[in-house]
Amino acid sequence: MSSENLHEAREDLPEEIIDKHRAITSLIEEFDAVDWYDQRAAVTQDPELKAILLHNRNEEMEHAAMVLEWLRRHYPVIDEELRTYLFREGDIVASEQAATGKDGDGGEAAPPAPAADGSLGIGSLRGR
Amino acid sequence: MNDLYRELAPITADAWAAIEDEARQALTATLAGRRLVDFEGPLGWQASSVDLGRTEDVAGPKGAETRLRRVRPLVELRIPFELERREIGALERGARDPELGPVVDAARAAALAEDGAIFNGFAGAGITGIMAGAANDPISLSSDYTTYPEAAAQAMNVLRSQGIAGPYAIALGPRCYAGLTSTTHSGGYPVMEHLRQLVDGPLVYAPAVDGSVVLSLRGDDYQLVVGRDFSIGYLDHDAKVVQLYIESSFTFLNNAPEAAVPLVYGSGGRSRRK
Repeated sequence: MSSENLHEAREDLPEEIIDKHRAITSLIEEFDAVDWYDQRAAVTQDPELKAILLHNRNEEMEHAAMVLEWLRRHYPVIDEELRTYLFREGDIVASEQAATGKDGDGGEAAPPAPAADGSLGIGSLRGR
Repeated sequence: MNDLYRELAPITADAWAAIEDEARQALTATLAGRRLVDFEGPLGWQASSVDLGRTEDVAGPKGAETRLRRVRPLVELRIPFELERREIGALERGARDPELGPVVDAARAAALAEDGAIFNGFAGAGITGIMAGAANDPISLSSDYTTYPEAAAQAMNVLRSQGIAGPYAIALGPRCYAGLTSTTHSGGYPVMEHLRQLVDGPLVYAPAVDGSVVLSLRGDDYQLVVGRDFSIGYLDHDAKVVQLYIESSFTFLNNAPEAAVPLVYGSGGRSRRK
């Protein structure tokens, strides 16, 4: 078993879900490692050790990115969300309004906000 | 940075916000089609066409039946404009009366172009407009606006009699809108108020419309499909001016030509088209 964190009986779970569990657990472990290396590098007084810790931290980021890409390919919703929010500039919350027309609480977005992709956010004017 | 290249413009974030506000206000004040038709998108700049679900036969290898899928390409719309750097500088210093007329003019032109395609059609883009493509005979309007409510009621009856449910809305061109808002019945009651009581949907000012059109808002009849929603991009600059543009990509699907009745000036003696 890849971890002790399964919440249902192992024999009840399809192999696809077990693989996703493995990937999600790996992603958590990689980012945990990034966090640990960050903390250790921040306090060590030895410049050489600091450089090694930061180098190793960056390798964990590479591992995390690879696992994240595997998850993107296996979860269509993750794929959609990453396409909405990643590699944008400007207000991240405005990306949600541009993508969904909703604000963060699920209500209709109040006055249109400039979107991260440069759109003026006009959208539908029905009812306005 | 995307293909709008906004980050290359010599314009600060605050000045961008002021320019965008001005454009947004002009667009929302002018756009009429988006108040009436179904809206799909924005699908992004990469979106290039809409599937129509139809095919056309083409000659292919011997013994094979070959068909081409039909699609409606999105049309790219771009309105260039220039802003003086002196005015952008004034904006950045907090000026309350910046000269942003070119932004407003470009936004209005963009809105009128989109609405022109929606109501009047755009042959080059394969778009059939609501008015130009309406399957129902147009109803004639006169300059006596006290008769307008009767013409509107007649148009709604045409739709009802074909089983086309409401709510119904009216897009009013400038001449109609001005005439209706300045006319009262003999007892002094405003004709526009009379019209509001007759129509269960919105009465929308539509600058791109000549005359007016009554249409159903039941849904799925008219669809505006947008790839890039109106956005401002950067072209170039020199010491005096910054060249920008408003851009969008869209197409319009007129799925039910029978769901609209044009109201036109003159005899309107157009034969019924089916």
